[in-house]
Amino acid sequence: MPKLTADNDLKTLRRELLFREGLKKPRVAICAGTGCIGLGAKKVIRAFEEELKKWGLDNKLEIKETGCPGFCEKGTIVVIYPEEIFYIKVKPEDVAEIVEKTLIENSLVERLLYKDQTTGEKAIHENEIPFYKYQKRYLIKNNIRIDPKKIEDYFALGGYSALAKALSDMAPEEVIEEIKRSKLRGRGGGGFPTGLKWESTRNAKGQPKYVIVNCDEGDPGAFMDRALMEGNPHSVLEGLIIGAYAIGSNQGFIYVRMEYPLAVENAKIALQQAREYGLLGTNILGSGFDFDVAVHRGAGAFVSGESTALMNALEGKVGEPRPKYVHTSESGVWNRPSCLNNVETWANVPLIIGKGAGWFNSIGTDQSKGTKIFSLVGKVNNTGLVEVPMGMKISELIYKIGGGIPEGKRVKGVQTGGPSGGIIPEKYLNTPIDFDELTSLGSMMGSGSIIVIDEDTCAVDLARYFVDFLCDESCGKCLPCREGLKRMREILDEIVAGRGREEDLQTLQDVAGLMKTASMCALGRTAVNPVLSTMRHFGNEYQAHIKEKKCPALSCKPLISYYIQPDVCIECRLCRESCPKGAIDGTERDVPVIDQSICTKCGICFEVCPSRIRAITKISSMSISGRSNDPPSAAFSMERCSPEDMQ
Amino acid sequence: MDDAGQKKVDEIIDRYLGQEGILIQLLLDLQNEFNCIPKDAVSYLCERLEVPRSQVYRIASFYKAMSLSPAGKHTVLICMGTACQVRGSQRILDLTESRLKIKQGETTPDMAFTLKRVNCIGCCSMGPVILVDKNHHGSVTSDGVDLILGQYG
Repeated sequence: MPKLTADNDLKTLRRELLFREGLKKPRVAICAGTGCIGLGAKKVIRAFEEELKKWGLDNKLEIKETGCPGFCEKGTIVVIYPEEIFYIKVKPEDVAEIVEKTLIENSLVERLLYKDQTTGEKAIHENEIPFYKYQKRYLIKNNIRIDPKKIEDYFALGGYSALAKALSDMAPEEVIEEIKRSKLRGRGGGGFPTGLKWESTRNAKGQPKYVIVNCDEGDPGAFMDRALMEGNPHSVLEGLIIGAYAIGSNQGFIYVRMEYPLAVENAKIALQQAREYGLLGTNILGSGFDFDVAVHRGAGAFVSGESTALMNALEGKVGEPRPKYVHTSESGVWNRPSCLNNVETWANVPLIIGKGAGWFNSIGTDQSKGTKIFSLVGKVNNTGLVEVPMGMKISELIYKIGGGIPEGKRVKGVQTGGPSGGIIPEKYLNTPIDFDELTSLGSMMGSGSIIVIDEDTCAVDLARYFVDFLCDESCGKCLPCREGLKRMREILDEIVAGRGREEDLQTLQDVAGLMKTASMCALGRTAVNPVLSTMRHFGNEYQAHIKEKKCPALSCKPLISYYIQPDVCIECRLCRESCPKGAIDGTERDVPVIDQSICTKCGICFEVCPSRIRAITKISSMSISGRSNDPPSAAFSMERCSPEDMQ
Repeated sequence: MDDAGQKKVDEIIDRYLGQEGILIQLLLDLQNEFNCIPKDAVSYLCERLEVPRSQVYRIASFYKAMSLSPAGKHTVLICMGTACQVRGSQRILDLTESRLKIKQGETTPDMAFTLKRVNCIGCCSMGPVILVDKNHHGSVTSDGVDLILGQYG
């Protein structure tokens, strides 16, 4: 293919593509992101291919395997263009009907449309679905419109025009000024002003300079970077090339974690195609600017997402952080000035250059501008990726977009910021989401994971989970983080086992204070947030575990027991068959009984008991903290639950 | 290491010759090729690249994606990310451990399965998630574990 050597070439190519492809041309877009593939998207794609062939439509209709449009809860998503009919939960067996009814007869397959749970109304198009209606999508809007493996799709939607603008009309300093004016802040967690970072890298002494995309999205519960890198890699690459031009760098890196194989693949393809079109290499678009990019895979270490650790990994060393006495903008990869930004930050750059800093500035709150992609997951009806303006209230996210909590349960709070963040309780859910508001509540924005938790999640256990996670992920280089986390885990293990002591809370505070001040990198300094925020907002739960030896959420195994209510049980024996330990005895009785001395409290019986019966109940009280087989409550027949029966 | 193995290692090294900072990438390729990083391959690689052995072992033991002992035919990863966690992934892990009769991090004696926990694979909206080899299984329930393992047994 011909290399694009000037701004005009790009414009001509776009016109050609639009003419050839035609935006009005009928096509079937199928989400082939990791989420939908997990739900069987590949089979749906194959079914479409076969069905179209059967009807002789395979040459007239294009099947587009696209990136993730965010509504993962309802995958596999299929959109029929040009009408933009939005089908959800498509299975391979639905494909024949879609082809016959929608593509041939021009009618709808009603059962595959989104149906509003409250009003019962059906939505035909994306923007009629509440999940999408309240979003403002600029970054992930195009994911369902393009095949991420085809650079031409990105061109057709105006891709790389911001790069052309920057290279032909703007001096590097002007680009930096524009980014500074936009007040864009880093989307990876810290929220550092991007323009300032670029400027200090540009002004730093030393050559060569490096620009880096951080796609080591390690925060559990966050997957927006994956969706961007998989679904629209060229938007990230365009931002990176603009940044390199502004900073004066000729070499870039895309660091992708190996847990995202599709993102690695699509990033590599994107680089290759950009090279073929001359958007990477020498004299890009005739500007005299040279730049190229390499992909580096992470090898499974959470701490490697930290900037200095990531740079060590790029050098082929173990991905451990180093002290930041000197900023990486002055001394990063191979001790050269290096500018590292998150995937989403880079993806914002073409938008800002294309539409102007003023446009970007008009969205968001005073100190946090633009939109942010959040992964709305956990105990919420509509899980997926949502892009909203900064400043939207957490409650709006959960109820308007997320459709509320499943099974009518009560929301307990949200966990934001991954292991570096904290839990925000229900009473603060009207807080607008921006960098500073979340920090003031003892949590943080992080990369944008919003994990909704309901009454079934124990705050103490969640804190213990994060500490355990970080114990596993701490590199162990500095003592406060390595030892502090271990001690905190020991204490929290004791508390959730019902062996906590009053003074433990103070010890936790002391250890946390030390880790916060003395840890070398952000992992250790912020690792205390889950513990401190739960102690601050859910102190009563800590007290219940320590003083009453109870878990109010009925979640901590050592503090709960399962019982079968004899008056409710219909003796279907499902629980007995499912128990992995054979702890449910019922051969000689009418109603099965759980042998508490064998029961491991795995909860499988509770799960398999038919939901209309619910004969199995969970109890947490002092008398059953593992020391006694006495029945926990007078509500149960003493005869059935007596210690003899349990043997 | 047999000749075929050595040829493979040579092939992998040749991909990166002359580039800087490639050791992690190279070891990841070895891991993918052999499903572990064989001891012989390490010695050979160190000789060819003139890298101290300690450096290779340091990297191979630091990263979760690399293993120095041979893994089973199928690798079962249980996602323990927060979203999966609040939807009951601990129960799924417990159950898988009891079904395979191994703890996480171990391999079954017949070398059929290696069980590992993973801290988020980014499929948070379909949690709890089990990843077997490269296949994602989402919204896993307790009774689903047997069905999933059965597909690979």
